[in-house]
Amino acid sequence: MTYNVGDAVAVGIIEETPIAVVAEGEAAKKIEGHSPWVLAWRRLRRDRAAMISLAVIVLIVAMAVFASVIAAILGHGVYQQFRGPSPAGLSPTGQPVGPGSTFWLGTDDQGRDIFVRIAYGARVSLFVGVVATAVTVFGGLVIGLAAGYFGGIVDSLLARFMDWLLAVPFLLLAISLISVVNVHPIGPLKPGLPVVITVLGFFGWAAVGRIVRGQVLSIREKEYIEAARALGARPWRIMFIDILPNLLAPLIVYSTLLIPATIVGEASLSFLGVGILPPTADWGEMINNSQNYYLYGSWWYLVFPSLALLITTLAFNIFGDGVRDAFDPRGDLFV
Amino acid sequence: MALLQVEDLHVSFRTDDGIVQAVRGVSFDIDPGQTLGIVGESGSGKSVSTQTIMGLTRGARVSGRAIFEGRDLLKMKPEELQQVRGVKIGMIFQDPLSSLHPFYKVGWQIVEMIRLHEQVTKEVARRRAIDLLKLVGIPQADRRVDDYPHQFSGGMRQRAMIAMAMALNPALLIADEPTTALDVTVQAQVLQVINRLQREFGTAVILITHDLGVIADVADEVVVMYGGMVMEQADRMTTFGAYHHPYTEGLLQSLPAYGGERARLRPIPGQPPSPINVPPGCPFAARCPYVMDRCRVEMPPLAQAGTELEHRSACWLPHDRAAREGLRRKVIGQSLSVSAEA
Amino acid sequence: MTTQASGPAGSRDGDVLLRVENLVKHFPVRSSTLIQRGARDFVHAVDGVSLEVRKGETLGLVGETGCGKSTLARCVARLYDITSGRIEFDGTDITRLSTGKMRPLRRQIQMIFQDPYGSLNPRRRVGSIIGDPFAIHHTASGAERKRRVQHLMELVGLNPEHYNRFPAEFSGGQRQRIGVARALAFTPKLIICDEPVSALDVSIQAQIINLLADLQRELGLTFIFIAHDLSVVRHVSDRVAVMYLGKITEQAPVEQMWAHPRHPYTDALLSAVPVPDPASLDRRERIILVGDVPSPINPPSGCRFHPRCPKAQQRCVDEVPDFIPRLGDEATHLTACHFPVMDGEDISQARPAISADLRVVESSIPEGSLTGISGGEAS
Repeated sequence: MTYNVGDAVAVGIIEETPIAVVAEGEAAKKIEGHSPWVLAWRRLRRDRAAMISLAVIVLIVAMAVFASVIAAILGHGVYQQFRGPSPAGLSPTGQPVGPGSTFWLGTDDQGRDIFVRIAYGARVSLFVGVVATAVTVFGGLVIGLAAGYFGGIVDSLLARFMDWLLAVPFLLLAISLISVVNVHPIGPLKPGLPVVITVLGFFGWAAVGRIVRGQVLSIREKEYIEAARALGARPWRIMFIDILPNLLAPLIVYSTLLIPATIVGEASLSFLGVGILPPTADWGEMINNSQNYYLYGSWWYLVFPSLALLITTLAFNIFGDGVRDAFDPRGDLFV
Repeated sequence: MALLQVEDLHVSFRTDDGIVQAVRGVSFDIDPGQTLGIVGESGSGKSVSTQTIMGLTRGARVSGRAIFEGRDLLKMKPEELQQVRGVKIGMIFQDPLSSLHPFYKVGWQIVEMIRLHEQVTKEVARRRAIDLLKLVGIPQADRRVDDYPHQFSGGMRQRAMIAMAMALNPALLIADEPTTALDVTVQAQVLQVINRLQREFGTAVILITHDLGVIADVADEVVVMYGGMVMEQADRMTTFGAYHHPYTEGLLQSLPAYGGERARLRPIPGQPPSPINVPPGCPFAARCPYVMDRCRVEMPPLAQAGTELEHRSACWLPHDRAAREGLRRKVIGQSLSVSAEA
Repeated sequence: MTTQASGPAGSRDGDVLLRVENLVKHFPVRSSTLIQRGARDFVHAVDGVSLEVRKGETLGLVGETGCGKSTLARCVARLYDITSGRIEFDGTDITRLSTGKMRPLRRQIQMIFQDPYGSLNPRRRVGSIIGDPFAIHHTASGAERKRRVQHLMELVGLNPEHYNRFPAEFSGGQRQRIGVARALAFTPKLIICDEPVSALDVSIQAQIINLLADLQRELGLTFIFIAHDLSVVRHVSDRVAVMYLGKITEQAPVEQMWAHPRHPYTDALLSAVPVPDPASLDRRERIILVGDVPSPINPPSGCRFHPRCPKAQQRCVDEVPDFIPRLGDEATHLTACHFPVMDGEDISQARPAISADLRVVESSIPEGSLTGISGGEAS
């Protein structure tokens, strides 16, 4: 929006006039009694892009859930290496075989069916993406809520903690920590899924915590919180019954945008060799390995796992945008 | 010859919940130097009308005419409107914090505004900006011209807003709820400033407000709006002393100051209508104590009421003064009296 | 600040529901550095206010931005801890009560807030909001709570079947009724209304005012009614107190205040109120004050109104005026002014007798002397 000083007295006032005008008026009665959630869902349903990406997500989840079924149908196990003459998973010179009727998306350097491995890889990506995001959101919520509501010393300490978290270089710490743990597990941090989820989840606390803290700080000043205090409500009650419901919408929005970031994060760790341990199928690991073979012409080994990652991330991102718009058509979700 | 003539203005928006008919056939005009007060509650369409005339509403379906200096504002292209806004028609709003740019000094904003439309040097423009700030009563204007909006208090900001709107001697000033957010003594100051400017520049003023007291104070002509339409139009004395329309009556009767006594207030029952599912007939029918069957079916035309040509009312009740007074006594048990405080 | 005179002769102390003595509330101005350098600044929100509220009456509290009326209300409701002074409610000193001891008393002191859109949690259903008091104080649950909530909804004119709706589905006036219902859960002895109708349309304001009046009659409520709209205050109050910069400048029974305003600020306020009567407006003498309310961080010395007062003299700068009856008024009419306004005096013509640097001076330029610009019409 260009700011034309000639219209200085006028510009910037009317953004969404119809809704603003209607909403301010006494006459703005909603059609029927519907909760904010139902209304948001309705808006979401009307967003075509979001619905398409939701369908894609559902497909990917289905692919992950039914990975073993896919493997059974195709007759190719996820760890099965087809080096032999039939089915020919590797060329006579030992190179991966391209997409064809036997191996729909080709094979990798060990003669394994890429399609099946992508399906199984989806399991890892989705599982880590969702669980690590859950860890992040839950941890950030608790920290942010406590810091924002109690203020004072509690806030100072927690804020310093979050600053520290943000200052630590994620990748360097992740690589070194996971490398150590892979050799020598530390307590609950075992190699593979546990340490990856922990690392990805823990470092997200700071970002979520800050957002939540900011929201809580502004919600805390609202009159309905004052009203609750005037009624004699205890702090815990105010936090969970009055403040928390107002945080859910921003949190949901943030989560749907956090999941794809986490998925990419997990793929990156595997790409760097500090993720899920092979031979478990994992997209990042596949992309990493494929680099050597790409130059020799085995493009499918690089392209298909990359596409899988791209499509998944894109679908979640678009869906996340749609969720955000559904909750917040006026742009005032984040108070 | 009217300065601005609005004819049969219709404005509607498409929203998620349906088509909002914000303005449904509004006509009024204002003469040079006159003050027209447009009064109505939220949802009456008073703000949308003037914003639409100024081309400030996006995505609206507009029909009708708004003739200003011989040209229809509603048909102008954006570039042409830009030559009118600020130069010929100034506008001020309720919240100066959102209309003054927070990152630029107040003086700079006025200067830029002037230099956009006039070929003057920065020094001349700055001197005029300082003069304008003095004119609106801002103390130490030569220093405060370099302040940012947040350094001004609410009343001062509104005055700076007025100064900026008047910088180019517009013939018409549209003031949309300019004093609603202000304390009552500050409101008195701002109204005095507007008055002074009218004397200095000969500007016509359209004052939009929900406060009937402000209307009684400054308006020459009054337009009462409800549900997107004009209910009544009259001069100041008539509006308060010899009104016709039941809505005007209801508004006045619900004011503590009008009753004069500490008896129970007489509110208008119910709620303002929804602009989305507009029922046929008169928008006030659902709440009107005089309602007849005809009112729910057919919208009454805005026709002359009483003896004055300029007094018009959109109501099926008899326009004859005596008959109306008789009905008033019958239906609400009171006769017309202006018994507010001295 | 001297303590005000006690109530009119003949009133018993048993009538007094709330007594506030010398209430002071200062807010520290937070500096951005971690270490404080030098003296801290304080916002003198309330600077020595004393008043009484009697059972069954409505005390109107009037003032403009920065006068401290909202802060005073929240101090009385113990939403803030006060800096100094004493609050006595129904015979109990509640000034320093702990949160736990205060909790049961909160059933007796309630607040209704200004903003119908902000005072209700948008994510909670209306039945849950109104039922909060019962939940918080563990007095009713389940079906019993629902029954009581629906009774309250009927009491304030809401449809009890809308129990499960969200605030967004109600209009502003209806939301304000929800706020009233919430406050009435335990039929409190004192209800503090902080601008309860300011954000509503005019025709709806009257509905809520009537509602509050009806409830007061039916339930024997006592109100402190804060508003900036003097017409509304005049209509609802028995007595009125005017606040300016943290102090009460004048206090009187409502008709006394309107008929014989003693403080120049009160006079200016009344003259600034636009009433819907053109004839009387034309007759009225306008007292237009100069400038804005000064900041409560550094309030002026002596009488705080002296920088803007048309009648200011040197004594006003030096000496804080006592809050006592002036010019032969009754004991119920108290004014803090050295040179109160006499009956029939027109202070719009008065000129202050203090030096200009102690006053607020508005700049102005003579008519017709604006700098000319090409194409402009000014001379």
